[in-house]
Amino acid sequence: IMSIFGEVPQAAPVAVFKLTADFREDQNPRKVNLGVGAYRTDECQPWVLPVVRKVEKMIADDHSLNHEYLPILGLPEFRSSSSKIALGEDSPAIKDNRVGAVQCLGGTGALKIGAEFLRRWYNGTDNTKTPVYVSAPTWENHNAVFSNAGFEDIRPYKYWDAGKRGLDLEGFLGDLESAPDHSIFVLHACAHNPTGTDPTQDQWKQIADVMMRKSLFAFFDSAYQGFASGNLDKDAWAVRYFVSQGFELFCAQSFSKNFGLYNERVGNLTVVAKDQDNLNRVLSQMEKIVRITWSNPPSQGARLVAITLNTPELFAEWKDNVKTMADRVLLMRAQLKEKLKALGTPGTWEHITEQIGMFSFTGLNPKQVEYLVKEKHIYLMASGRINMCGLTTKNIDYVAESIHEAVTTVQ
Amino acid sequence: MIRRPNTLNARCCCCRASMDLLLPKDTQTYSIAVFGVQTVGCTGAVRLGAELLRSCYCSSSSWSGPILLSSPCDDSLAGTFKAAGIEDVQYYRYWDAESNGVCVENIVHDLENAPEQCVVVLFASGHRPTGAELSQEDWKRVAEVMVKRQLFPFFLIPAQGLCSGSLEQDAWPIRHCVSLGLELLCAQSFSHNFGLYGERVGHLLYVLKQNLLAVQSQAEKFVQTLWSCPPMEGARVVATVLSNPAHLVDWQESVKAIAERCMLIRERLRERLRLLGGPWHWDHIIKPGGLYCSFGLNTQQVEFLVQKKHIYLLPNGCLNVSAINSRNLDYVAESIHQALSSKL
Repeated sequence: IMSIFGEVPQAAPVAVFKLTADFREDQNPRKVNLGVGAYRTDECQPWVLPVVRKVEKMIADDHSLNHEYLPILGLPEFRSSSSKIALGEDSPAIKDNRVGAVQCLGGTGALKIGAEFLRRWYNGTDNTKTPVYVSAPTWENHNAVFSNAGFEDIRPYKYWDAGKRGLDLEGFLGDLESAPDHSIFVLHACAHNPTGTDPTQDQWKQIADVMMRKSLFAFFDSAYQGFASGNLDKDAWAVRYFVSQGFELFCAQSFSKNFGLYNERVGNLTVVAKDQDNLNRVLSQMEKIVRITWSNPPSQGARLVAITLNTPELFAEWKDNVKTMADRVLLMRAQLKEKLKALGTPGTWEHITEQIGMFSFTGLNPKQVEYLVKEKHIYLMASGRINMCGLTTKNIDYVAESIHEAVTTVQ
Repeated sequence: MIRRPNTLNARCCCCRASMDLLLPKDTQTYSIAVFGVQTVGCTGAVRLGAELLRSCYCSSSSWSGPILLSSPCDDSLAGTFKAAGIEDVQYYRYWDAESNGVCVENIVHDLENAPEQCVVVLFASGHRPTGAELSQEDWKRVAEVMVKRQLFPFFLIPAQGLCSGSLEQDAWPIRHCVSLGLELLCAQSFSHNFGLYGERVGHLLYVLKQNLLAVQSQAEKFVQTLWSCPPMEGARVVATVLSNPAHLVDWQESVKAIAERCMLIRERLRERLRLLGGPWHWDHIIKPGGLYCSFGLNTQQVEFLVQKKHIYLLPNGCLNVSAINSRNLDYVAESIHQALSSKL
């Protein structure tokens, strides 16, 4: 009997999940997963932050709490404390009452609501043709989120220079200049995914200059605050700089990585507007969009983050936990570079420690990647991206030696 | 025999539990495939279902409707379908003011005249906002028309177990349609029957004849662009309860208790109104179960209740009976009586 869905084509699997699936099925005892997008301990296990365990228990034991619906825009104390994290406790914009937020389903949800709003209201009431620029390369879901929100013209802006293994600033600035005025630019606040390469403060200033001049919209994606350098304020510098220059902007924040709350979907869309009146109208429209997407957001993760951020001892403990994660990543970076240098692996490996955050663009070509996956059971993305968190003191020698093999025997 | 796909999805234990709640493994049906996707509440399930229909229904080109909703229905339902790109939203008559209930003749008539292959949104039980329900005989007639005109059912089941007190009875319309060989979607919510409103636990069930893996892969693509993956906390609670025999019994008793309390309030309210006199009949209050009830009040009467009596209910005259208790029952009954008696 024919099905109404008989013609539906099979969609390609999401590359990073397929990689993890293949890794799981691999029986080789030396296998290493460098494709996963989550933090792992030195025992290669997920890490529930100690402060998270503590607050979870507090919530479970607090019988004054119930499971009633949150407001559509989310838990108020979560929204305000999250925005403070992004913009700084003493942010003049917050003091001016022109900062608001929408609690969303992770960073993806925040991007989604921001994108849906922009498509409806950004520059006139139909922005389906407004160009949206995403970095080349970028997180593979950026394209799909904006496309599904109705944007028809999604373009890359030059970002990664494969030759010099760094930022292609000239190309980036060139694309900013040639973009139609009022285009939307998706910027990685820190720890660029997948390259791990961020603009310097000076470079951000140049970027901001052009964007201000051409009225380009800054939509920040901030998934790694605190995780990149180990310092929250340092990782938020770019966003705060843009705010200080008078930009109205969106910042999609994720607490998946820095709180390890991946599956509780804790995100926040921070909105910075010219004044409170504009802010209120924007939020009122976002509320309507939320209502027909998920109605209202989940309670658990937001409660947990809000309690942590608003309780001084817990806040300090959290910052400490975050630093633990960031430090382990920095250690693995340093050790990998050292081992490759010690092995005399051809090429330069400075980028391993120059890059920041969870990911590193190794510069390995697809053939070398294939060699690592098939022959050495080391799983990484075809782009050569590795997740530093997949490295441990126990497997780093094996990985370094394998990379050495790949580079020297596979062209 | 129902086939279920093997998925590496870590939260599939909640999906499996949700599927079993609606369609137990021992259901005798045609050879069909069932799979589910955990969603962000019922709204999330409707949104995801809408996105999938728009992109996959009928043929590979984009489908934009029509979709048929009951009149009346929740005001955000139309908006959710439209947000997914399904602009053509139409309505079939559901609530009948004359009989203060559902008129199945109207439904059958409207479905007979609906375009073939259009999608029809049906509440298996717990209709929002009226609370009014079809009998099993009525459902058989509706299902017959659905088969005859090749209409596609998109079921909503917002409070399984809370309406009749029986999980099986509240899901009966869906099981009946499956037994007739209909493909369908069903959006489930665990907000009411688990009280997990704020944790956003929902589920979208697919019943298909073929091409299961392809449709599943498309659904996963859409989830990626909406919220990447759903929140875990509430789903874990639901999965743990539903897969543990002792917890399951506890839960079923809690659900039954809620349903019974709602029924008790309805009975006492009816009794109170009957005693206050007047030409009105109140049987329709106790006929359906569950949280919601329509009193057939007009706009002025509702306004009177809100402005003059400080009793807040929806503009269409529908209210949540669980908000009535022994302390306010008399006041509410008298106020309703007043609203109906006064020349408004």
